[in-house]
Amino acid sequence: MATVKLTIDRQPVEVEQGTTVLRAAEKLGIRIPTLCYLKDINAIGACRVCVVEVKGARTLQAACVTPVAEGMEVFTSTPRVLQARRHTLELILSDHPMECLTCIRNQNCELQEVSEALGVREVRYQGKTSRHEPDRSTPSLVRNPAKCVLCRRCVAVCQKVQGVNAVQTLERGFDTVVAPAFHLPLGEVACVLCGQCALVCPTGAIHERDQVDEVWAALADPGKHVVVQTAPATRVSVGEEFGLEPGSIVTGKLVAALRRLGFDRVFDTDFTADLTIMEEGHELIKRVKEGGVLPMFTSCSPGWIKFIEHFYPSLLPNLSTCKSPQQMFGALAKTYYAEKAGILPEQIYVVSIMPCTAKKFEAARPEMNASGHRDVDAVLTTRELGRMLREAGIDFSHLPEEDYDAPLGISTGAAAIFGATGGVMEAALRTAYEVITGNPLGDINITAVRGLEGIKEASVTLDGLTLKAAVAHGLGNARKLLDLVAQGKADYHFIEIMCCPGGCIGGGGQSIPTDTAIRQRRIEAIYDVDERMVLRKSHENPAVQTLYREFLGEPLGHRSHELLHTHYIPRGTVPRKEGVAK
Amino acid sequence: MRFYRAHVLVCAGTNCSLKGNRAVREALIREIEGKGLGEEVKVIETGCFGLCEQGPTIVIYPEGVLYCRATVEDVPELVDSHLLKGRRVERLLYREPTRPVAVQTVPELDYFKKQVRVVLRNCGIIDPDSIEEYIGQGGYTALAKALAMKPEEVIAQVKASGLRGRGGAGFPTGLKWEFGRKAPGGVKYVVCNADEGEPGTFKDRLILEGDPHAVLEAMAIAGWAIGANYGYIYIRGEYQLSIQRLERAIEQARRLGLLGQNIFNSGFNFDVEVRIGAGAYVCGEETALFESLEGKRGEPRIKPPYPTDVGLFGKPTVINNVETLANIPPIITRGAEWFRTLGTEKCPGTKVFTLTGDIVNEGLIEVPMGITLREVVYEIGGGIPNGHKFKMAQTGGTSGGCLPEALLDVPMDYDQLAAAGSALGSGALLIMDDTHCIVDVARCFARFFLHESCGQCIPCREGTLQLYHLVDGITRGTGTRQDLELIERLSRTMYVAPLCPLGQTAPLPIMTTLKYFKDEYLAHVDSRVCPTGTCRALATGHAAD
Ligand SMILES: Cc1cc2nc3c(=O)[nH]c(=O)nc-3n(C[C@H](O)[C@H](O)[C@H](O)COP(=O)(O)O)c2cc1C
Repeated sequence: MATVKLTIDRQPVEVEQGTTVLRAAEKLGIRIPTLCYLKDINAIGACRVCVVEVKGARTLQAACVTPVAEGMEVFTSTPRVLQARRHTLELILSDHPMECLTCIRNQNCELQEVSEALGVREVRYQGKTSRHEPDRSTPSLVRNPAKCVLCRRCVAVCQKVQGVNAVQTLERGFDTVVAPAFHLPLGEVACVLCGQCALVCPTGAIHERDQVDEVWAALADPGKHVVVQTAPATRVSVGEEFGLEPGSIVTGKLVAALRRLGFDRVFDTDFTADLTIMEEGHELIKRVKEGGVLPMFTSCSPGWIKFIEHFYPSLLPNLSTCKSPQQMFGALAKTYYAEKAGILPEQIYVVSIMPCTAKKFEAARPEMNASGHRDVDAVLTTRELGRMLREAGIDFSHLPEEDYDAPLGISTGAAAIFGATGGVMEAALRTAYEVITGNPLGDINITAVRGLEGIKEASVTLDGLTLKAAVAHGLGNARKLLDLVAQGKADYHFIEIMCCPGGCIGGGGQSIPTDTAIRQRRIEAIYDVDERMVLRKSHENPAVQTLYREFLGEPLGHRSHELLHTHYIPRGTVPRKEGVAK
Repeated sequence: MRFYRAHVLVCAGTNCSLKGNRAVREALIREIEGKGLGEEVKVIETGCFGLCEQGPTIVIYPEGVLYCRATVEDVPELVDSHLLKGRRVERLLYREPTRPVAVQTVPELDYFKKQVRVVLRNCGIIDPDSIEEYIGQGGYTALAKALAMKPEEVIAQVKASGLRGRGGAGFPTGLKWEFGRKAPGGVKYVVCNADEGEPGTFKDRLILEGDPHAVLEAMAIAGWAIGANYGYIYIRGEYQLSIQRLERAIEQARRLGLLGQNIFNSGFNFDVEVRIGAGAYVCGEETALFESLEGKRGEPRIKPPYPTDVGLFGKPTVINNVETLANIPPIITRGAEWFRTLGTEKCPGTKVFTLTGDIVNEGLIEVPMGITLREVVYEIGGGIPNGHKFKMAQTGGTSGGCLPEALLDVPMDYDQLAAAGSALGSGALLIMDDTHCIVDVARCFARFFLHESCGQCIPCREGTLQLYHLVDGITRGTGTRQDLELIERLSRTMYVAPLCPLGQTAPLPIMTTLKYFKDEYLAHVDSRVCPTGTCRALATGHAAD
């Protein structure tokens, strides 16, 4: 690759051709402030916060989109540059509600950060401000366009990464707004509620629907037995809410923290992740043996479920009928656990701690009431849990490590890796191999399905049958596989799809920031958790075995069918008053 | 071919159409038939003739007698007197304000004396719906000549002519074509920018209405030069007449093999398609235009890459303004040296201006580059009507600056107007007399940019709003000296920080009013007085000091 020599603030630097001034400056340790820029996703030069002076150019250039050139002389902090940046910031603030103290993103806001970095101390412009009402039409996300700086990161991630296009830039000039088509509420368009938009939003313009107060109320209610489940991916991310390094494994502290908050039982979604493998593994074996619809798709990721319901309804028969681990947990908590503990199901209140905003939607689906009650009562994202713990004044990093409660807190390493892309596949293959062949699997680390590659493939030979598997994460990648399946060009047996890039560790409810490097570290942590477990195959989970013995009977049995399996709704993509997202 | 004793040219440009030219033309035909002159006299619809203020205009050849403001009621007399008896109808002749005697024929007009018609060579002379008439005037010979040249030779010729883009930026056309030629890639495009969104500008429209083939011919030449086989004309949706005439012209050219496959047996293929815009000013900016053409939201792209490398549909693209293109055929046929005899050293050729506002002769004019505002206003435009005084001229459309009387002698070309703090831009000339309040005028400019900002970048989206708010406040009597400072401060950032030239030029017209008419601003903020009485919230009259 050819290189280019230039100077930035009089310091010489040599970089690859095509590099942007922003990246070249980084190499020199010069930090140019940015707002709309988002590495790998959004480089549109729209906010003009990263402007620099390039010798010979009449106007200032946006560093995030300006390619380097041989002999270029760049100046990043001349008075002209600093003034323009500051004025630009002042202009955006002139049209921003100054509600920082009560904002959900207070102290984790990029607009605050750049304003501080640029030394904006005053807003002199007093023209009108944009008026927009918040959109609370979904159970998962709240849009608040009044706080939007029109960086379009959400539009980019929704379009380029997820291939969903739920939000677009509408109107022009000062009336410009990012919103669903025709200004419809988000709940009425084909949005999968993955929350990737919330993850990339620099401000509080789109965020999770906060359920912290509902959970506080349940905890305070003496008539309620409040149990909590924690998703696999949250144990490697919640530490970030308290300033720990990304990828810190905080399982024991998480349990301790939840006990401090007053939950009556601290259980683990990993338990039902193991259970999912039992059900889904047997479903796969059944489909293969009995000529069922193949390839079979995993069904753990509620954003993905909503996606296929909207965009590929004709492929719904390919979807495993297994509920997600969250919903299996809810159903069992209010039946199996209720029976065992001698508590009435209506007194049990199930909270889940999830890396995910779509889980809120999933929990609210009307069919998710196998126990006769709503199976999961409230879903908190990693971020909401962080806020709750801060409200409670819990000093997270100094908590002791504690263990989950039995029996719904017992799990294997196979369940932990559900949190990373490829994990469900790996867990399923570990179990399928042993169940079908009756032999132990030599190396249980199936590395072909690990990592951030968009689409991964693997095959395993089981008693003469070569089982072909594929894994995709991020809906844009999912589309590629689905199109092949729809055209009959894919000969896979089993496909794992996770809605969010990197899998659940990169979920829309995770700590902000979440970027590729952070995803990578959380993934490493997830496999660490697995490595450290004694039991690493779902079928070896003693609590799951007991569950089948005492309660369910066998995988795919009658009770499983009632409690652990579900059906899907073809939704289509055309906005309608009733139906699309309901 | 039939020969006629007389030709009656009825202007069918937009302005005359608004004034009922169609009815006049139909009445003429009826009357001529009725008097049995159908074999001897032919009525022709032509493109704009220029003297829009005086429409509907009729010119009767061979003498070239000009009749103005003709109505259906005037038709019997015109036919009876002029065509039958050979006597001119005095009362319909044009009277120049400077002279007591009525002007008889076109060449006598002051309005035309200073004009040089290169771009408008056929406008008002030929029937724009007739390719035969265009060919009769030498049309398509430039294409034939170009196809016999090497593309590089064509480009060399255009470079040598010194032609600069007439869309506003004044970029050397030959150089642009060279970049387009050299850009690697199989598929390339030629795009004609006929969006013409600049307020007060209607030259492209009248060129297309009056001489559509000139643009088609030029696009084919550009295609040959850069190696493109397809062209698009992106045109404003409001330009219905231009669109109709273009579509018809394209059909005619295809029928005669002047567009399509193997043009003039050269092996060169070229075809053109008309695409209609939806009226956003910013879609005239070349990269926003591409986005719009591609079916996307019309917003400017980041440059580089430049269109000649990555343009329409990601392919190397040469985009030129209508007027730029209309200059190409004469440059090819008559040569670069001839072209350089017109205009100034740095800006050869002519410029088509649209003269509007408080001026006697509103209309379309073509003059050599370098002519002064004074000549245009007083010699061609006939001065300021109704006994009022000249106050200022805005050159270059709404993105251009406002020049006061003291600068009337600035020669008008790209560089000299820029040096005077204004711009040549698209060639709009808006003349205002002393009844207009400068702050109110600035408010209108600010409002335009507020309305036309695409909303992509912060300094333009938010800046245009704040600019409007500040100027509006002054007209409402709430402005202060701090507001004036704030306008200057905001403008400094807007000149350099926005993503595209729309935002970067938005403060220019306002800043020129502030620069040249500061006293009038101060009267508003210090004394709460609007000297012209335009701003209702303030007192009328002159500032107390
Ligand atoms: C906001 C804006 C509006 C513009 N509108 C037009 C237009 O209506 N017509 C036009 O020819 N050029 C327009 N331009 C200039 C074009 O971007 C471009 O420079 C031109 O089409 C190039 O052609 P030329 O080299 O022949 O002038 C506009 C530029 C800007 C920034």
